[in-house]
Amino acid sequence: MVRWLSNVFRLGVKELASLASDMVLAFFVVYSFSFSIYSEATGITTDVTDAPIAIVDSDHSALSTRIFDALLQPYFRRPVLIDRSAVDPLMDEGRYPFILDIPPHFEADVLRGRDPAVQLNIDATAMTQAAVGGGYVSSIMQQETTNYLHSRGIERQLPVQSVERALFNPNLEGVWYNAIDALMQNLTMLTILLVGAAVIRERERGTIEHLLVMPVRAHEIAAGKIWANALVVIVFGTLSLVIVIENILHVPIEGSIPLFVAGMAIYLYAIASLGILLGTVANTMPQFALLAMPVFLTLNMLSGGPSPLEAMPEPLQVAMQISPAMHFTKFTQAVLCRGAGFELVWPHLVVLFGLGAIFLALALARFRSMLARVQ
Amino acid sequence: MRFGPRGFRFGCPMSSAESLAVAVSDVAYRYGAVSALADISLSIPAGSATALVGPDGVGKSTLLALVAGVRRLQSGSIRTLGGDIGSRTHRDDIMARIAYMPQGLGRNLYPSLSVAENVDYFGRLFGQSASERAARITQLLRATGLAPFPDRPAGKLSGGMKQKLSLCCTLIHDPDLLILDEPTTGIDPLSRRQFWQLIDGIRAQRPSLTVLVSTAYMEEAERFDQVVAIDGGHVLAQGTPSELLARTGTEHFEQAYVALHGNGGPADTHLPPLRPSADGKPAIAAEGLTRRFGDFVAVDHVSFSIRRGEIFGFLGSNGCGKTTTMKMLTGLLDISEGHAELLGRQVEAGDLTTRLRVGYMSQGFSLYEELTVRDNLALHARLYRILEADVKPRVGETLKRFGLLEVADKKPAALPLGMRQRLQLAAACLHRPEIMILDEPTSGVDPAARDMFWRLLGELSRRDGVTIFVSTHFMNEAERCDRVSLMHAGKVLAVGTPAELRRTKDTPSLEDAFVAYLEEAERDAAVEGGDRPSVPTTPAGTAVQTPREAVLVADRSLRKAGTGLQASLLRMWAFSYREMRELLRDWVRLSFALLGPLLLLLTFGYGITFDVENLSFAVLDRDHSADSRRLIESFAASRYFRQRAPLLSELELDRRLRAGDLRLVIDIPPGYGRELVAGRRPEVAFFIDGATPFRAETTRNYVDGIVLSYVEDLARRAHGSASDLVAASVEPRFRYNQDFRSVFALTPGLIMIFMVLFSSMLAALGVVRERELGSITNFYASPATVAEFLLGKQLPYIAFGFASFVSLLVLAGLAFGVIVKGSLLALASGGLLYVFAATAFGILVSVFVRTQAAAIVATAILSTVPAINFSGYLYPAAALQGSGRFIGMGFPSLWFQNISLGAITKARGLADLYPNHLILLGFGLAYLVAASLLLRKQDG
Repeated sequence: MVRWLSNVFRLGVKELASLASDMVLAFFVVYSFSFSIYSEATGITTDVTDAPIAIVDSDHSALSTRIFDALLQPYFRRPVLIDRSAVDPLMDEGRYPFILDIPPHFEADVLRGRDPAVQLNIDATAMTQAAVGGGYVSSIMQQETTNYLHSRGIERQLPVQSVERALFNPNLEGVWYNAIDALMQNLTMLTILLVGAAVIRERERGTIEHLLVMPVRAHEIAAGKIWANALVVIVFGTLSLVIVIENILHVPIEGSIPLFVAGMAIYLYAIASLGILLGTVANTMPQFALLAMPVFLTLNMLSGGPSPLEAMPEPLQVAMQISPAMHFTKFTQAVLCRGAGFELVWPHLVVLFGLGAIFLALALARFRSMLARVQ
Repeated sequence: MRFGPRGFRFGCPMSSAESLAVAVSDVAYRYGAVSALADISLSIPAGSATALVGPDGVGKSTLLALVAGVRRLQSGSIRTLGGDIGSRTHRDDIMARIAYMPQGLGRNLYPSLSVAENVDYFGRLFGQSASERAARITQLLRATGLAPFPDRPAGKLSGGMKQKLSLCCTLIHDPDLLILDEPTTGIDPLSRRQFWQLIDGIRAQRPSLTVLVSTAYMEEAERFDQVVAIDGGHVLAQGTPSELLARTGTEHFEQAYVALHGNGGPADTHLPPLRPSADGKPAIAAEGLTRRFGDFVAVDHVSFSIRRGEIFGFLGSNGCGKTTTMKMLTGLLDISEGHAELLGRQVEAGDLTTRLRVGYMSQGFSLYEELTVRDNLALHARLYRILEADVKPRVGETLKRFGLLEVADKKPAALPLGMRQRLQLAAACLHRPEIMILDEPTSGVDPAARDMFWRLLGELSRRDGVTIFVSTHFMNEAERCDRVSLMHAGKVLAVGTPAELRRTKDTPSLEDAFVAYLEEAERDAAVEGGDRPSVPTTPAGTAVQTPREAVLVADRSLRKAGTGLQASLLRMWAFSYREMRELLRDWVRLSFALLGPLLLLLTFGYGITFDVENLSFAVLDRDHSADSRRLIESFAASRYFRQRAPLLSELELDRRLRAGDLRLVIDIPPGYGRELVAGRRPEVAFFIDGATPFRAETTRNYVDGIVLSYVEDLARRAHGSASDLVAASVEPRFRYNQDFRSVFALTPGLIMIFMVLFSSMLAALGVVRERELGSITNFYASPATVAEFLLGKQLPYIAFGFASFVSLLVLAGLAFGVIVKGSLLALASGGLLYVFAATAFGILVSVFVRTQAAAIVATAILSTVPAINFSGYLYPAAALQGSGRFIGMGFPSLWFQNISLGAITKARGLADLYPNHLILLGFGLAYLVAASLLLRKQDG
């Protein structure tokens, strides 16, 4: 056991030296946990803010003017009045994701209680904004018409008072979510690439051959690679969480950072094992790059982060149970965003550990056959 | 303009300056703080053959690379073929007339390409026509004995065969100046003879050919017109071989060498007799050892028995199975048939005890390039379980013993071949093994070091009783073995002491005996109709196989100058063609690159959706009235929500929300129904999980809508009519995607993402891979320009990326019914430009980084983020802000997303979209220009 630990330690230190000797690589590791996370968190917005909107006002009434005035910051930019003939070309260009078309005699129809309809053109290719923005426009419009009729708020009219509270992120700030999501994405990507490339490099340079005649075993080689590369990613990931996310982006961390780091370590062990497995499947660096890319994309896009898991087709949801990224996403959101404790998240950690063991076992089984292919 | 000045120059009576092919004056070269060359001056007459000899690490290779123009000159001046090699225009002029073969076993070859394809590439690089190439390839392969396997991948050749192939590649363009850096290192004696006869033949045919060679074989140096001995960065001596012999008062060149370099006395090759081991058991025993690779039998029933403490030499032609045998003994390769024992234990792959007692040195360099010499040895010591306290002294002692002290803190990458070999040897001896298996340990090592090394082996064998199993191509080394085994074509031909072998064949030298054995084996094989490589059957020592046939007779006037558009295009095509062949050969990469995006499109098109549905909710109902149930029912009936087990306490509410089981919790207060009827407007709390803001926002809209319809329903029940709460309604009209289905919005974007990621990743390894594996020297030494090289590399990837694009479009139509509504022309041209920009981006990354790993990481980070997050795919471009806006606009993806979305879903044409096309073109050109500025056509 002492022998094992000592060998694994030596081999890992060697990995660290390799990493440190490649300055360009080191730069990109730092970049991906600093500026990259910052820009991913702040550069996009999932909520509708400052959305361009145009209005075709064929009514020119007090009510239509009222609606015009009500479409306000922060959700919308000041609406632009356009001619109906301009609707199609402007939509085509993608200048306005929303164009509200108020028909003639709108005000008169409202007053007569005819329930007139206003058409809202939505550019449905912008999926994330279309539904939410459409919802805003219609609630703003309804509120204004009701207020116009009753000169009292619509809420006061309802027999039920609904109190809506968004927990864990009261103002639904996109940055909070984006920052954590970017962190998870980069953790996954770097670990897979670093570990896999380390395996391929040993093969392409012939050093693995030398390692395998030494009194070390394949699992020691693999374990050395896992701890060293994962450690680098854990250190930078933690720094990124504390410095970039918590202190620069001011994202409140609900849960325990040590718990998160521990979970991250287990996740990275699983992902690094997957990376080693990929490294034994591919023969050359170009092959590895092309193999790692789709694996990473699948892990990332179907992790339940950017696209919610529950909306996926049932079979895919089942398939994603073996995705370490899915479990880690659930774990991370629970711990960092919702302040969940160990007693709530341990099942995910158990699954991650098990997945890691499976990947590692497969990788070790392939180690020797991989060597035969080098010849 | 003068066309082909070279024929002119060499045809005319030459001025004194012109009669020198190479004139080196006051050249110095430093690697960082370490001086490799200090003040070297020498001149090499045109048409002469010069050998460069000297210990390892004195800068022989550096000097050759400088003369060839492959490495950048630091100080001093070199005139090569009548001009300053430091001047770029001169280099451009003469590169087509220089042939440069770098050191190392086939470092400049392309392992996945076949023998013929490798040579063909070089022919193309020098603008030869198809028929000319075919003729030359046939000649060269025949002359080097490679003719039987033109289709074998270079990577599957043995070390010596790679070296021969490398030489063929170098010779194909009929150079005026041939620069070979240790060309015969690792080549068997027979092939070496053939090799020099080949060179002699070419020289006889073309007296103007100047040959400059560095070599570790002193008997080879003897054949040259001029020998230059270098040491310590200076020229020690320069003159004809006989002059040097006279000067040093020696008879043999190897002695002259040792005398010149002033280290060591005359080689004492005598070994004390071997003491019989105590138990009489062999240290290494093999019985019927066989290894097959598919149909090919690499090692065919080989048997031998090596006593303890014996030095057992393994000789054989290149590719005869020596390395394979050694690898089987070390457990690196599985044994197909037969039996082998080391130290009385059966050879088993996982046997660590045996490994501890064995030292192995592989033919290729297999230590860590990224660790220093000292660190490599220390790692080695520790893994071999040397006590921590002993590690430092042991490493220090080994460094000293192997003459590595000066380079202890350098990385092996910066060391010459000879030094690297010493390091490997040092590593193999470090843990004081009982058996050493050494695969050509002295290839590329200078004579003095080889002598030192063999003394050491003698010492190990006789003093420490270490058994040594060593393969070599040096006959004077074989003479120092207790016994040698001759191997050929997978079989052992003869075993015995060197003297016995000489006697059996009745030859004066072991080399002649060796050749005689080989020839006999060949004749037998020929009789049996075997298809083994044919070695010439003339008696040894005489002119083997008419070199005349091997000589290249192509009409020199056919050689095109290195200028003109056509020549330029041809060279570009040479790069493209080779890159394409490699890509097509690599079916794994090919299928990953083609099928990967298609599979992803299917998975994501099927799986990703931004429709927020199936939101899990649970209710904490503290009322349990008909009214509260009605409220719950209105949620449960919605397709957006899915009800989970009801909550029983606030504690549970908190727990399940935190665990992420619930997206929405409805908290109905006690007395809700009563209050409602009484018109006291009871409060219902809706807790939404805000961890995913986009989903929370949508959930909130849904809640509003459901509450409103619940209220209307209440009103209808109470008054029998709808309330006037909703005075007007909004009719959403989803443009471009009537059903508001994710797949229509997502598919164009997915295509955009896959194209940029895969295309740039493919291209990103193009340059750096050649740099890491060493074949980029071919480009340095070729007449091609940087632009030709980069564009040539890029072309196949553009073609490939575009094919992938088309396949993605077809699949999108077939699988998801996503068809192109707008202009196909706009889409196709946009796709092409996008692939152009993406591959150019990959090339730029490739030129910038130093390792393949860095290229992969850099490309992944630099392309995924802008392509997924800032391209207008997940979030509309109009919503980008801050740095995201700049990153998005500064990357091709956003602009192609406009084209993709515009042409596929929005039915737009080229007239609307063309500005995006222009921007994509601009990106591609800018990346390429940047890459060509970054890439220098020289090392150092």
